[in-house]
Amino acid sequence: MKKILFIAVFITIGSGLFAQSGKYIKAMEANIAALDSSFKNPQDLLAVANSFERIADKEKNQWLPYYWAGYCQVIYCYMVTDKSGIDPLADKAEKLLNKADSLQPNNSEISCVLSMLATARMLVDPQTRYMQYGMQADNYLGKAILQNPENPRPYFLRGQGLRHTPEQFGGGCKTAMEQLKIAAEKFGSFKPASAIDPNWGEKQNQALINECNK
Amino acid sequence: MRFWLLIFFLVSPAFSWCQVRISGKVTDTRKNPLYGVSIAIKDSYDGTITDSAGNFSFSSSETGNQVLVASLQGYATFQKTISLSPPVQPLDILLKELITELKAVTITAGSFEASDTKRSAVLNSIDVATTAGANADIVGALKTLPGAQQVGESEGLFVRGGSAAESKIFMDGSLVNNFFYSSIPGIATRGRFNPFLFKGTVFSSGGYSAQYGQALSAALILESKDLPDQTEANLSVSVIGLGGGIQKLAKNKRASWGLTYNYTNLGLAFAVIKQKQDYFKKPEYHEADANFRIKTKTGGFVKYYGYLSWNRLGFRTADIDSFALKDVFKLENLNTFQNLTWKDKLGGGWRFQTGLSFSTNKDDIGNELNDEDGQKLIITNPIVYALKNFNVHNRDKYAQARAVVEKKLFALNKLRIGSEYLYSEETTNYVDFQGALFQQTVKDNFFAAFSESDLYITNNIAARVGVRAEHTAILDRWNLAPRVSVSYKLNNSGQFSFAWGIFYQNPERKYLPAAVPNLHFSKAIHYILQYQKMSPERVFRAEAFYKQYSDLYKTSPNLVTGQESVSNNNGYGYARGIEFFWRDKKSVKNLDYWISYSFLDTKRDYLNYPVEMQPNFAAKHTASLVLKKFVIKWKTGFNASYSFASGRPYFNIQYDPVADKYNLRDKGRTINYNALGFSMNYLPHLGKKNAKMFSVLVLTVNNVLGQKQVFGYNYASLNDHKVPITPTSKRFVFIGWFMNFGIDRTEDAINNNL
Repeated sequence: MKKILFIAVFITIGSGLFAQSGKYIKAMEANIAALDSSFKNPQDLLAVANSFERIADKEKNQWLPYYWAGYCQVIYCYMVTDKSGIDPLADKAEKLLNKADSLQPNNSEISCVLSMLATARMLVDPQTRYMQYGMQADNYLGKAILQNPENPRPYFLRGQGLRHTPEQFGGGCKTAMEQLKIAAEKFGSFKPASAIDPNWGEKQNQALINECNK
Repeated sequence: MRFWLLIFFLVSPAFSWCQVRISGKVTDTRKNPLYGVSIAIKDSYDGTITDSAGNFSFSSSETGNQVLVASLQGYATFQKTISLSPPVQPLDILLKELITELKAVTITAGSFEASDTKRSAVLNSIDVATTAGANADIVGALKTLPGAQQVGESEGLFVRGGSAAESKIFMDGSLVNNFFYSSIPGIATRGRFNPFLFKGTVFSSGGYSAQYGQALSAALILESKDLPDQTEANLSVSVIGLGGGIQKLAKNKRASWGLTYNYTNLGLAFAVIKQKQDYFKKPEYHEADANFRIKTKTGGFVKYYGYLSWNRLGFRTADIDSFALKDVFKLENLNTFQNLTWKDKLGGGWRFQTGLSFSTNKDDIGNELNDEDGQKLIITNPIVYALKNFNVHNRDKYAQARAVVEKKLFALNKLRIGSEYLYSEETTNYVDFQGALFQQTVKDNFFAAFSESDLYITNNIAARVGVRAEHTAILDRWNLAPRVSVSYKLNNSGQFSFAWGIFYQNPERKYLPAAVPNLHFSKAIHYILQYQKMSPERVFRAEAFYKQYSDLYKTSPNLVTGQESVSNNNGYGYARGIEFFWRDKKSVKNLDYWISYSFLDTKRDYLNYPVEMQPNFAAKHTASLVLKKFVIKWKTGFNASYSFASGRPYFNIQYDPVADKYNLRDKGRTINYNALGFSMNYLPHLGKKNAKMFSVLVLTVNNVLGQKQVFGYNYASLNDHKVPITPTSKRFVFIGWFMNFGIDRTEDAINNNL
């Protein structure tokens, strides 16, 4: 009897844990699935961001929910029209990304989002902030490539940045294409570690290539 | 039994399947709905965000007593334990706003901030360097802001009816005694320092902080840069000279040192651009500076800046009291300035800032009357001709020590307490035409203590309240100067500010030693009311001020040397006016412009003025339009500025020894001042990735249209003959090439990225 009870308790705890992590994966998957459609509506995006943050705060030692919450907040910065409201939002995103970074140091994906964050801050006042944040954004991409040379996203982000930089500043389609092509190649062979790991950017990358090929 | 137990354990996680609905509304303390508030059941996945009406509603599978958390950036987080047994009553949640730096009002009355990082900045260092007509001179750029006068005949900042002596300049807290090159008759000399040395500039045209003193009108507060972004070397070649420098950043990016040297010789430029003066010694300058900066473990900084300059020039001008004679002016100057500062955190919300500075200035001035062939001439009858032959040797030393501690109280509230001590020793050796030496030394031991607090009542109301006490050995007196500044932010990003303060100042060195004992400090009371509306791309500001002067120094001549010295404190005066500023980077793509206008009504009775009158350095209307356009296609920035000032008064004051009083023999008003400045910066290396060199080609033209400018008049000694004071040349053209070499920048980027 004791033996059976022990087994029963063991199974219960085991299945509980399994259910719990199953719930985590499920919740994460649901949020990631909601992401695509939320890009059209800032409020939806903010809701998804908060949902990731709740998961992060509950799980405490998973870096992915913090990463995704930070990612959503950064994208949200780009959707805000009132430029004076961007800095507080960027601060919020930075907090989340720093938490992700402390759980998963030296991660190429986090460096990518930190680069996007620096760009968001730069765009508040490009003339004044380029020196500080423009360089920071570029440095994070350099870091991301060194941390994981197979990650396509730093190349995509670099290409995207160049695409929107005037030719006279060293940008334009021609220079952007070099990066976008590398990104496309790497997207082809990139395998995310799990269904809830970052795996975005391929479509946008292709869209930029198409735009430049026109 | 065993079987049922097993089933029970196995299905236990499924008990959480029943759901409960939680809803409510979130507002701030003023009942305004809050959007985007995160609502969560603590330690669960369940939650939502509020909509634009502040409403929320979500389902939770949690049961029993749970903690509900409502949080929003900039607000205090709300937590409440609620029971999740259905039905849950709708919740009304109130969030209290936190006082945070990003939201709180900034205290701005009376000051214009130029900064590369701060939000309240109106300009940045590149703006200062690229303002057309300013020739990359800090004060030149500030002259396009409201409050500053377009004075072209002498150096300094003339602010809101104040003389140049009423504006003081501080670098990292230390007073800079010889900010401008030594005075030259009829010429406004430049500031000595390169605008790129500074990351922040606060130009306070009144009502400034209790941390600074001894300026009745204005304070210019400069903050030097921290560490450079990378190791770099630079080189410059221009029509007026050569220069080079290096900034070395340590591998760990925690320390740097730098050296620069510049040689300037105006000989070439003056050969092409005809000068009013006939130079027999072309202006020549040797300048070197050195710095080091160390970032401490706690994020503080130790900074050293040292500057050394030697320059000389000599020219002849037509003598005003004769037809054929010439006046000769020669100047040789040696100046040093050294400043060591340390600011750091002490823990427990305490910070400190200390500084030590030491500077010296040596002027050797020679004045002569020459005949047509350039031979020295001494005519003793009348004596005025002989008096044009003299030499002056000035030897000045200054030392300053300063310490400020700051305690951060709750929220953003801060208390600062500080003290400073200044020693000055200024010796003048005057040698008259007969070789007789008159030596005077004026020493001062000056002590000041101050206390100032920043009080944030809400995010919308802030006040800065300070008091400063000073003691000077020259007057052997104490003063106590209270200052208050309040800002109130409206909801539409506009804000009102008010400032009031009392300001004291010692007599100017040139009127010392005083003829009589028992003098007081001269005094000014400022009242400033400001409205400002600001976004990252647009700034509008309107400011009205009233300044009341009392105890201004009056002078009388020393009958032996002819020198004017302070004889009483009976001077007085006022200045009042209204100023507007508008800057817009948004309306036209790639065009950035600002407009400023100042109206000034001022009169004073001081120095040798026989009556209360509008001083000769004050124009009633002053306006500037500054344009900056960067044409990306051509990699070129085009800058233009137009400045206007209505005519300024001029007068001839003469001393009547019989009646022992000053008389106004003549007066008038100059023509209006108009100047169009233009500059172009071409950046050929822009956008070349990994280029080892970055360079800028600069072309500037002052007074493009060659408009006639008259700054005032000089009067003859013997009669009422007068000669206009005009610019030294009709226009000036500068062409320069500034090169910057980022040493191993690419390597740097890779090395330090992992």
